[in-house]
Amino acid sequence: MEKACGLHCTKINNIGVKIGNDEILKNVNIHIHCGELTVIIGRNGAGKSTLLKAILGEIEHTGNITFVDQKDNITKKIKIGYVPQSINVEKHMPTTVYDFFASCITHIPVFLKKDKKIYNEIKEHLAIFGADSLIDKSIGDLSGGELQRVLIAIATKPTPNLLILDEPVSGIDRNGIKDFYNIISKLKSEYDMSIILVSHDLDLASKYADKVILLDKEVIKEGKPEDVFKSLEFRNRFGELA
Amino acid sequence: MIIFAIGFALLLNWVKNKTTYGSDTIISVFSSIAIALGLAILAQTGSFNQYSSYLVGDILSITDSEILYVFLIAIVVLVFWYFTFNKLHLISINSTLAKSKGVKTKKIDNIFAVLIAIVVMISIRWIGILLINSLLILPAASSRNIAKNMRLYHLYAVLFSLFSGITGLILSYYFNIPTGPMIVILSGGIYFMTLAVKGKVLNKFSKGELKNGE
Repeated sequence: MEKACGLHCTKINNIGVKIGNDEILKNVNIHIHCGELTVIIGRNGAGKSTLLKAILGEIEHTGNITFVDQKDNITKKIKIGYVPQSINVEKHMPTTVYDFFASCITHIPVFLKKDKKIYNEIKEHLAIFGADSLIDKSIGDLSGGELQRVLIAIATKPTPNLLILDEPVSGIDRNGIKDFYNIISKLKSEYDMSIILVSHDLDLASKYADKVILLDKEVIKEGKPEDVFKSLEFRNRFGELA
Repeated sequence: MIIFAIGFALLLNWVKNKTTYGSDTIISVFSSIAIALGLAILAQTGSFNQYSSYLVGDILSITDSEILYVFLIAIVVLVFWYFTFNKLHLISINSTLAKSKGVKTKKIDNIFAVLIAIVVMISIRWIGILLINSLLILPAASSRNIAKNMRLYHLYAVLFSLFSGITGLILSYYFNIPTGPMIVILSGGIYFMTLAVKGKVLNKFSKGELKNGE
């Protein structure tokens, strides 16, 4: 596993999104380096999820995303891993964690025979996140925290250059959220990737983030957590942090 | 007619992507419009009776060349299913996640809709408008009740539809009941049986009689 070197740089250039006549985002510029955890905060409707979708190319947007390896200064195609806030499942869905995971990494349809080699590969990767015992469970029956581990495991195979996480808001208790942040810290220190996290928990965000970006249609304020949390712009939007 | 079906399916997908409403709502809107349109056009000719076979279908009217069409489209569907199932599976779980894994979500969604439209179009004369929906949904829904993973899900769904299709055909011949309805009645019966089985399994689960994975 390659450790972060700080020399891989993801640049998000001038992202703008318009849906109908509503301008949801404009002039969003973000630079991040590998080994860094950037946390995006903002009120509801500030465009956080829209920004993630724009970065992933799911919605039309202006601007672009480039990924530069500063060791040899070559622009490369970026690999993005994404951890959604929630997934569309119901209880007792006939999709096991194996089915879900295998669908992401192989073209052999999962309705055919289980592939032993892929099965072991998945199990091994799940084990990094302490989720290997879940492999035969239905994804509809996982608890919020278990699902989160599985989703992170899926997003990090193969290892992406940029990992984007949408912090879960429901179904996870306080300890679960802490686990979630611990996993992210581990990823940050052990893998060569940049991480963007959209957060709803300002407390934990301030504790773990290397950089905080306050978003409200555009980047209002960015910098070290303590600087952003002390700023006037922050207080105007969130009031004093308790 | 096929061109109309494909156009309609793509239009539906386009509206679905442009708005934030759930696909259920949009499908209801489209199907009511389509049925109303159909009735309005049929009313122009004065009599519904000659079209009643479109409503409930007549499987015995199938000709040799039509069987060939069905066979060809079945092969196309199987090939498509083999190559895109994992992608469709991901899209149904979370389309943004699918996108991040490099799946061309819109393209695959559109091809899927078009294929369904073609299958429905071809089989509607034998199954009927009123019943085709249940044939699309019931076997899968029944299978979902008892399957624990994707392999069993597919196996049960195929077995259920084959069983209700063939048995329905035989029964309708001996009891002089229209074939389409007979097949759907059987599928419906299977659905409620699986629902009962699921209920029992769940009860055992909660009583701790069954361990996970059994």
